[in-house]
Amino acid sequence: MEPINVNQSISKNADFIEQVGIESGQPVHKCYQCGKCTAGCPVAFAMDYPPNQVIRMVQLGLKEELLRCNSIWLCATCSTCTTRCPCNIEIAHVMEVLRVMAGRSGTTPPGKAKNVELFYDSFLNTVEKYGRMFEVGTILQYNLKSKKPFNNADLGLPMFQKGKLKLGPSKVKNANEVARIFAEARRMEGGGK
Amino acid sequence: MKYAYYPGCSYHTSGKEYEASTRVVAKNLGLELVEIPDWSCCGATAAHGKSHLLNVALPARNLALAEEMGLDVTTPCASCYQQLAYANKCMIEDKKLKEKVNQVTGKTYNGTLKVKSIVEVIGSIAPEYIKAQIVKPLKGLKIAAYYGCLLVRPPKVTNFDDAENPMFLDNIMRLAGAETLDWPHKTECCGGSLAVSNLDIVVKMLNRIIKAAVECGANCFVVACPLCHFNLDMHQKSCNKMLGTSYTIPVFYFTQLLGLAMGLNQQDLQLGSHFTDTQKVLSMVG
Repeated sequence: MEPINVNQSISKNADFIEQVGIESGQPVHKCYQCGKCTAGCPVAFAMDYPPNQVIRMVQLGLKEELLRCNSIWLCATCSTCTTRCPCNIEIAHVMEVLRVMAGRSGTTPPGKAKNVELFYDSFLNTVEKYGRMFEVGTILQYNLKSKKPFNNADLGLPMFQKGKLKLGPSKVKNANEVARIFAEARRMEGGGK
Repeated sequence: MKYAYYPGCSYHTSGKEYEASTRVVAKNLGLELVEIPDWSCCGATAAHGKSHLLNVALPARNLALAEEMGLDVTTPCASCYQQLAYANKCMIEDKKLKEKVNQVTGKTYNGTLKVKSIVEVIGSIAPEYIKAQIVKPLKGLKIAAYYGCLLVRPPKVTNFDDAENPMFLDNIMRLAGAETLDWPHKTECCGGSLAVSNLDIVVKMLNRIIKAAVECGANCFVVACPLCHFNLDMHQKSCNKMLGTSYTIPVFYFTQLLGLAMGLNQQDLQLGSHFTDTQKVLSMVG
């Protein structure tokens, strides 16, 4: 990371720091950088900023850096950090809030993180359409969006042979009720994807 | 005991052995599972990344349907369990959010239910009752009981077993006559759905888990989550291919092995549709 003027970023992004606190309901200011979250994080090795640094960056108002980092997307939401934090900060929830904020701001996730978002989108698209997640539909859509048409293709045949893939979705009778949930949530949260 | 039953979206595909074995074991243990009519997806980890409101509202529709049945909810899938339990907790604790979510779903959930994992439901049955049904003790099995993350974390949401050293699965398997191991990666995350988007990361996570189990002398895994099963069972090969390991350790759902010990029909338990060979280990039980 380039040298930064912390005083400037804190005052410039005071709104952002406050907003993360409000949306997550978490006392992020309490973190004293013990590093326990990072010590236990199973994905830290692949992140550009490990969890303790993400929390420190929130304290310092490093908004742009946070919204375009891969950590918030690679976080698997396993909550080891949340469980072990001596300050009772639900770090996994903070990651989630940052993910939602990044989506709202239209920031494209970098590198490996991009495909995580594409998978989530593909997954939720099938839920919105059928009321339940449709595995084949999710993967086909994901492959198309990530421009890797044969991604996971080697898994398809063995799964099909074991009866673990169904070519048609399992539909909810009142799928319109599920579509309504998506539409209403969008309306109340003011647009977005 | 009667529960509103939430199968979860993988119930007839990648997690079909879990669904089938849960139903038959529950029936034989006197648990009545009544499927929630017209249940829909809980949102899983995908909704977590999109919107808090959506993340609570997707499971809330199912809670509202279960409340109409007047029954507490149980589900075999660890991810569905966590989503349902989390939404339940949020709505019970925050009345404003509850009203907002009810507006989104168009259904009324009053927050009167409990949400339990099938692990908690079966693990809370009197041990002597389960023991009395064991006709074929699981002798020779050295089990690494793998809980993964969502079944026991965060404890504010799950709260039925210890978050760092859970024992429910161990205790059930011991009642079934198996040996379960003290091993360090019981609750380490398998990477979940990251396997689709970033398999190179997930094989490293899996390698740590499988390596720890093998080094502790395990000859099989027991899991309680379709995603843990998929990653450990199906992607064991990916691990071998990408990291040069040579793991061949079968991964069972706890309901499959409990059913086996109870002498239930092996076909009903679907012990033959795994990717990692199960026969060698199953032949120990006879």
